Amino acid sequence: MTSQPMVADQETRTPTPSAWWARLPWLRIGIVLAAVVAAIVLAYLRSGSTVVVTQAVVTGILIGGVYGLVAMGLTLIFGVLDIVNFAHGSFLAIALFLSYYLVAGMGMHPYLALLIVLPAMFLLGALVQRFVLAGAMGKPLENQLLITLGISLVIENSLLLFFGANPRSVSLPGDQGVAILGAVAELSRILAFVGALVLAGLLFLLLRRTSLGTAIRAVAANDAGAQMVGIDTRWIYMLTFAIGTACAGAAGVLVAPLVTIEPVTGALFNIIAFVVVVLGGMGNVVGALLGGLVVGLAEQLGALLLPGQSPLLVVFIVFVLVLLLRPQGLFGRSGS
Amino acid sequence: MLEVKGLSAGYHHLQILHELDLEVHEGEIVALVGANGAGKTTTLKTLSGLVRPTAGSITFGGDQAVGVRPSELVARGLVQVPEGRALFGPLTVEENLRMGLWTRRKEARASADLEEVFELFPILLERRKQLAETLSGGQQQMLAIGRALMTRPKLLMLDEPSTGLSPKLTWTVLDAVKTIRDRGVAVLLVEQNAAQALNLADRAYVLESGSIVLSGTGKELATDERVRKAYLGL
Repeated sequence: MTSQPMVADQETRTPTPSAWWARLPWLRIGIVLAAVVAAIVLAYLRSGSTVVVTQAVVTGILIGGVYGLVAMGLTLIFGVLDIVNFAHGSFLAIALFLSYYLVAGMGMHPYLALLIVLPAMFLLGALVQRFVLAGAMGKPLENQLLITLGISLVIENSLLLFFGANPRSVSLPGDQGVAILGAVAELSRILAFVGALVLAGLLFLLLRRTSLGTAIRAVAANDAGAQMVGIDTRWIYMLTFAIGTACAGAAGVLVAPLVTIEPVTGALFNIIAFVVVVLGGMGNVVGALLGGLVVGLAEQLGALLLPGQSPLLVVFIVFVLVLLLRPQGLFGRSGS
Repeated sequence: MLEVKGLSAGYHHLQILHELDLEVHEGEIVALVGANGAGKTTTLKTLSGLVRPTAGSITFGGDQAVGVRPSELVARGLVQVPEGRALFGPLTVEENLRMGLWTRRKEARASADLEEVFELFPILLERRKQLAETLSGGQQQMLAIGRALMTRPKLLMLDEPSTGLSPKLTWTVLDAVKTIRDRGVAVLLVEQNAAQALNLADRAYVLESGSIVLSGTGKELATDERVRKAYLGL
């Protein structure tokens, strides 16, 4: 190493590296916030009651965090494996029933169930990817679509077979209403939100701060390039699908005390997760969390704006508007 | 170090390479030149395990290299910088480079290699917090080579490193190739830009329609009448 050539690049397109906050889409964040404020004002004009509106906002944000966690798993799978996973909600349903079994059948505390359900769903995800989906990697989109749709049918009907169609529920010991910001929310709802945020934060740290996470993002960015630095992409695919499935599993445990547990409950979360993923930008993990909050708010405020309609109606109106005006999603990267 | 004998390969029944023989020894820069569509890129893809050969043998460092996964070949030291660079666009320059350490992530002294790459391409040190996709073409090529060097290759295969670069930047990159060779890494350089490649190379092969038609030292081929007519436009 005697003589080092001094390489001076004459091209200067980008003079200084920009700080992370300068790369945030501030304008779009502002527009989304303005739309939320407008919806809140409209809801207030429509209902005439501050308490009702505050309640809707608090409930919307709390459930939105959980939607965000479910969608983070789905968007991660899409970003890395390029698979549209229609079985995501069904995995959540499995977690709901597992939780129910552990709590009602074995007397476990609803949140301790996480310690069993999370690894179990991780393992299930890894197995499904390795033995069912691995063969469809790189094949046309329809193949994967039909396979994941098939998996969801198998899961839903297996649950029906084993547990029957009777709705079940899990209750959190000591669950009660808690006054929060002038509204009242069940303790279980608050804890579900906090749990979802903590897990979302951990996933974010994994992706941003560890070399495994960087490898996952590298595979998402360019899988040929990843192979050329010696990353075994098959292994990353399996791991990512497992992590995504574990997100659905964790969300299942957290919402178990809040929902009626039926085989079809998963389908509802599946639809919402897809809306959130598109809103947040396909493959954008942070966008998914923000999209979750937007959908949670749209659902709750929508019930006030259009009383008597399905709360999903406004969610879909927002969805269609975003697809028309900004198909790459609210927080997606602009067309490049 | 690398020995290729009777290599044939192609895609979907379309044979591209016809019984190719090729060798790269330690400490050499070997150029593979040829016109567009002669099979240069297919040769590199086959060598790095992305395309499965239909016949022939590839040994690397004395070990069989056919049917080995690309990631395993990288771990053994056979590393390609593909045409188009295959960078991780949304990752920073430093993250791109650190991904080159993947196969050696359990080793302790890996960070020293980062300094070596920055020494070779100081511009990357300056831009290290920037996203790879925001770099200019020349900087991206340097990053791609730097990332490959982080894997500690024994043989570095460069596919058209001068594509899309200004003549000045081309020299910068080719200069770096020489330094890399002097550091003890063998280089297999694929170039359409035959004149520069032949001047740089210790030995060279000319590829035509999937077969080696000429071989010799870089100097010999650069002065060969047929090569001058066909590739150097003289």
